[in-house]
Amino acid sequence: MYRVRLLLALGAAVWMGIPLAAQHSYGPADVEDGGKLFRANCVSCHGPEGDQVEGVDLGHGKFRRASTEDGVIRIIQDGIPGTAMPPHNFTDFQAGTILAYLRAVATSDRTAAPNGDAARGKVIFEGKGGCAACHRVYGIGSRVGPDLSDVGALRRVSEIEISLLDPNAEVLPQNRYYRVTTKNGESITGRLLNEDTFSIQILDTKERLLSFQRTAVRETGFLSESPMPSYREKLTKAERDDVITYLLSLKGF
Amino acid sequence: MKRRVLSILGLAAGMNAALWGQVSFDRILAAGNEPQNWLTYSGSTLSQRYTTLNEITPANAKNLQLQWTFQARSLEKFEATPLVVDGILYTVQAPNNVVAVDAVTGRVFWTYAYTPSRAARPCCGQVNRGLAILGDTLFMGTIDAHLIAIDAKSGKPIWNVAVAKAGAGYALTHAPLVIKDKVIVGTAGGEYGIRGFIAAYDAKTGKELWRFYTIPGKGEPGNDTWKGDSWEHGGASVWVTGSYDPALNLTYWGIGNPGPDWNGDTRDGDNLYSDCVVALDPDTGKLKWYFQFTPHDTLDYDSVQVPVLADMQWQGQPRKVMLWANRNGFYYVLDRTTGQFLTGKPFSTVNWAKGLDEAGRPMRVNGMEPTVAGQQVYPGVQGATNWYSPSYSPRTGLFYIPTWDQYSSVFVKAPTDYTEGRRYVGTTPRSVVPNLQGATPINQRKESEGYGAVRAFDPKTGEQKWEFKMLDVTDAGILTTATDVLFSGGREGYFYALDSRSGELLWKVQVGGPVTSGPMSYAVNGKQYIAVSAGNSLLVYALSGR
Repeated sequence: MYRVRLLLALGAAVWMGIPLAAQHSYGPADVEDGGKLFRANCVSCHGPEGDQVEGVDLGHGKFRRASTEDGVIRIIQDGIPGTAMPPHNFTDFQAGTILAYLRAVATSDRTAAPNGDAARGKVIFEGKGGCAACHRVYGIGSRVGPDLSDVGALRRVSEIEISLLDPNAEVLPQNRYYRVTTKNGESITGRLLNEDTFSIQILDTKERLLSFQRTAVRETGFLSESPMPSYREKLTKAERDDVITYLLSLKGF
Repeated sequence: MKRRVLSILGLAAGMNAALWGQVSFDRILAAGNEPQNWLTYSGSTLSQRYTTLNEITPANAKNLQLQWTFQARSLEKFEATPLVVDGILYTVQAPNNVVAVDAVTGRVFWTYAYTPSRAARPCCGQVNRGLAILGDTLFMGTIDAHLIAIDAKSGKPIWNVAVAKAGAGYALTHAPLVIKDKVIVGTAGGEYGIRGFIAAYDAKTGKELWRFYTIPGKGEPGNDTWKGDSWEHGGASVWVTGSYDPALNLTYWGIGNPGPDWNGDTRDGDNLYSDCVVALDPDTGKLKWYFQFTPHDTLDYDSVQVPVLADMQWQGQPRKVMLWANRNGFYYVLDRTTGQFLTGKPFSTVNWAKGLDEAGRPMRVNGMEPTVAGQQVYPGVQGATNWYSPSYSPRTGLFYIPTWDQYSSVFVKAPTDYTEGRRYVGTTPRSVVPNLQGATPINQRKESEGYGAVRAFDPKTGEQKWEFKMLDVTDAGILTTATDVLFSGGREGYFYALDSRSGELLWKVQVGGPVTSGPMSYAVNGKQYIAVSAGNSLLVYALSGR
């Protein structure tokens, strides 16, 4: 369901690398209006969380074409010729309220980042926590779990925290575990990359890209449990804060 | 080290593909031992674009059938040659999205989407011609002049380095070349007054290890072939993948036009190393030799063709040679150990030079250069051939090239000044034959206004053995097989198979868009496939009933 929380306080000066021109100031009511415009006009393509167009994640401030605040406003107004993004007859101010809403979403709960130590977190990640046994960061570690090189740019503190405490609470579709049992009895487990009516593509636990024809497969299914353990007991609160601080520092390229 | 020789064995029934082993440089060097894979842009470091896969023959080519299609989410020209490693096919969706698919079904494993900077300004389309691989890392140059290493299993970036400044017109459009532990790329941007270079990067870290400027700096040999400071913005770009001879430990790269393209008044001299082939030591980037095809070029005759390396008997002696059909309309054979010119002659209609002298230097015809009023010159601005991959078949002993014939442009010149990030060309040529961006499926030209052909030459003499004529011109490369089948296409949208001994048409299909890439071949579980990028799709064919 609708998970993006509206935070009325605006204060962050930097929004995922998009320079803010601060040409306008928007009050809480304006932000709320922007949210209404967003839900009425944008979600049918971008989705309620703004992440349904490939390469774009509005709720996390990730854009493909805009690099400035004015650029985003221009795209909202003019659309992008040759793509599904149509023009919209919003005034500068109205387009700005949508931007203010997105900015509020993107910066929501970042202020709650724990005051941990990223360097210590890295040591725990690679050592005691055993995270690198499944996760990869900047080309080091296993590919079995999700690559976390850019997790700090994509996920919020609360989302990372939930993943550490209760890994089964929310597993993104691209990270779901899957088992294929072939007709000759071989059982292969891995991350489901893609599937269709006739075939299945996975990255298995031996880090192989495998593709199966369903005619050769006896049984398939998602694994109900995430292979990731809960760190509620395995790490102290302070250690988890260090790990979260480290993960938030990973911004990819 | 024991190399992988056999096709994939031991797979569970129904499992199409498995990424088994890392692609060592030894595997790339011995690519001929594993023809089921295509490990580098031109198929091997010798760049012959020749496969020893033998399932498809002149007798059965008529049974070729579409197996699957990958439609790019891009309306840009699809110029990439895919790589195939043990059943996984990797290609680039323009401008810079990498895609890994099952080579049997075309189903996607992962996509790596890269958004180039808005400062990127590639001259002639937001194109990419392919990838390189080493270990389990893919390498891609981007139109905003970055080089990116990508995990071949997960599609995640490993490192990303800025090779040059995109806003100044630098761009990377060709597939990188891996040599040993290095990734080698050169920069496009010859229409923007760049100073071109080739550079090597550490495959593990992305650290730049050496840089060879394609225009010598002040005090270096060759700098005096540029008048005044003209060398600073003289172009000499690189936009097609080079070759490598492991025995000589030399890497060969074709260099682009000098700038401004069509006005040479400010750059008197031969303008080294524009329009050259350079032979570099891949360990150091030091120049071993060079050969210049078109000194002081004012006609945009980039020498960015793929250097095709072949070993043959030359006047009774074994010789390591390089075969080169140049954009300027002349065919050349060079000794690739020394760069010595061995022979050369026109392979298409040429009126700017009356021949080559004993050293291989063109003997110019006066007046055949851009003027204020305009001068018609053959070949026209796109050349008698261009970046389209040629092929050499060691089996037939013939050299195959895509060519445009009876093709001209009217070259006009005008003054120009350098401003960073703006075009620096000195006006533009006109031709009845449009470049590919301007082309449509409609062709109403006379043959005398330009046509395309695949031509087969005896590489020792330059004698034409046969040709396959097309009414429209071609931007397609050529693949030959050990079973005497040749694959190519053209702007008309036909992809076809010819008998490489005679040029006889064996099979054709209309793919609905121009063929703008070099075909390649691979096999999975013993079945041979032919892949080609055309229009906005990658199309894969195999024999029906297999």
